[in-house]
Amino acid sequence: MSIILDKVNYVYSADTSDRIQALKDINLELKDGQFIGVIGHTGSGKSTLVQHLNGLMKATSGAIYFNGRDIYEEDYNLRELRSKVGLVFQYPEHQLFETTIFDDVSFGPKNQNLSKEEAGLRAFEALRSVGLPEELYYQSPFDLSGGQKRRVAIAGVLAMRPEVLILDEPTAGLDPAGRDEILDLVARMHKERGITVILVSHSMEDVAKYVERIIVMNQGSVMLDGTPRDVFAHYRELEVVGLAAPQVTYLMHELREHGIMVDTGATTIEEARATLLEALMGLDAGRRDIYLEGNHA
Amino acid sequence: MLREITLGQYYQAESVIHKLDPRVKLSGTLIYIVSLFCVKGIAGLAVATAFLFLVIKISKVPFRFMVKGLKAILILMLITGVFNLFLTPGEPLVRFWIFKITAEGIKNALIMIIRLSYLILGTSIMTLTTTPNQLTDGMEKALTPLGKIGVPVHAVAMMMSIALRFIPILIEETDKIMKAQMARGADFESGNLLKRVKNMIPLLVPLFISAFRRADDLAMAMEARCYHGGSGRTKMKPLHYEKRDGFSYLFLLLYFSLVILCRIWLPWPQ
Repeated sequence: MSIILDKVNYVYSADTSDRIQALKDINLELKDGQFIGVIGHTGSGKSTLVQHLNGLMKATSGAIYFNGRDIYEEDYNLRELRSKVGLVFQYPEHQLFETTIFDDVSFGPKNQNLSKEEAGLRAFEALRSVGLPEELYYQSPFDLSGGQKRRVAIAGVLAMRPEVLILDEPTAGLDPAGRDEILDLVARMHKERGITVILVSHSMEDVAKYVERIIVMNQGSVMLDGTPRDVFAHYRELEVVGLAAPQVTYLMHELREHGIMVDTGATTIEEARATLLEALMGLDAGRRDIYLEGNHA
Repeated sequence: MLREITLGQYYQAESVIHKLDPRVKLSGTLIYIVSLFCVKGIAGLAVATAFLFLVIKISKVPFRFMVKGLKAILILMLITGVFNLFLTPGEPLVRFWIFKITAEGIKNALIMIIRLSYLILGTSIMTLTTTPNQLTDGMEKALTPLGKIGVPVHAVAMMMSIALRFIPILIEETDKIMKAQMARGADFESGNLLKRVKNMIPLLVPLFISAFRRADDLAMAMEARCYHGGSGRTKMKPLHYEKRDGFSYLFLLLYFSLVILCRIWLPWPQ
């Protein structure tokens, strides 16, 4: 089971002078259980892309298949699709509206026509899994901190028990600690529940650490699609379109230019350390000492 | 759905109408509205129609863009039309059950519908070719004399430009919140009236909160840049009349006198 996009095009304000083609011939297969990062700078079409996946936006042309069925079929139940493909928007805290956090999180399951008890149960479960302290459940969502509000909003979507969880820039406007918390939370969701997670971001650093597949969007089309290692190997091309590979990639390439045989495919700090140590061990003792001394200095 | 409102939306194009001083366009629209209510007889109507389509042509705004604005008042036009059609007293032409249609009724309904659509088209030309900022600038300048008798012209103009500026922002925001709630299974399209109103709560609460937040931020940002009202404030782009503005005033005068002349000399059919 998967989501398949077949030649999807989307055009904004088609009949006016400011016509914009936001998506151009997108062909993608998003397999179940994958952890995918969608990257692109502002206006590259990444948000537009993910809003197609749950039928909030309708493609100008092309087809989207969810679990083998065309979602643009006349009798396709889009509300059901939206509860299976959960989408958390950028600045999700702007959508909180209920008097208590618990009620707000129950909004989704209630819309799935579940009984009050079942909806409450799911809300409770979702709030627990995002790690919100229990004494806050019956307080107003407007009194929370930015990071907490975002957790509540993510819980609001998780409570519907989606098969696919899409997060559009979930870390926008958060401080580094808040950012790591949210990303760790998402990674845990993926591991524990085995759901497909699609993480939209403009930061390579954020994504490289977690995802197994990166889709790079540029001017409405898919520019690169592959494992982080494959994608970052094109780091020069990424620079041209205003994106940057993680710092580690640059460091590895620079070291290699200086004759230290590190693996330039390392994308995280841990991998970098491993390959760097290995490379240094491979050098003869004299040169190694020079490098190490240089490092100490 | 929300993108369809043309009123208050600027259409970018290179035309003489776009370049005119906003004061000319303001008074032009006013004159046009007055003239629509002065029109009597087929000749006057022809003049008003010719004027309208000439200006649309010059403005280079696609006609279908203008018609979009008409869709919004379609219901209003229908109701007005139907009421005039059935409720105008006079010589009955057709009669069934308790309804009767009179010749005067048909005429009134037609005139009302034409008048309403010309009104909207006429004002649409102004809003489509003038940015909200130009518009309030023009209004401020035109109303400055009122400041002498204690009318807070600048404050009113500033409030108007802020309100206008916020319309697209709030529409966009509404769109976003709507989508976010729809992603959680909210339903804005089905159910009876009461249920629909209730379903709006998840949309309205975040919208109000965000509007207040934006208002706070804006007030802070304005104070941070030392905004202290109108006295002594200079303009970056002061308004000056040019030759084309003079010509336009002449043209407007010509048009208006033609309508009046038609009313006096050719008031047929009534």
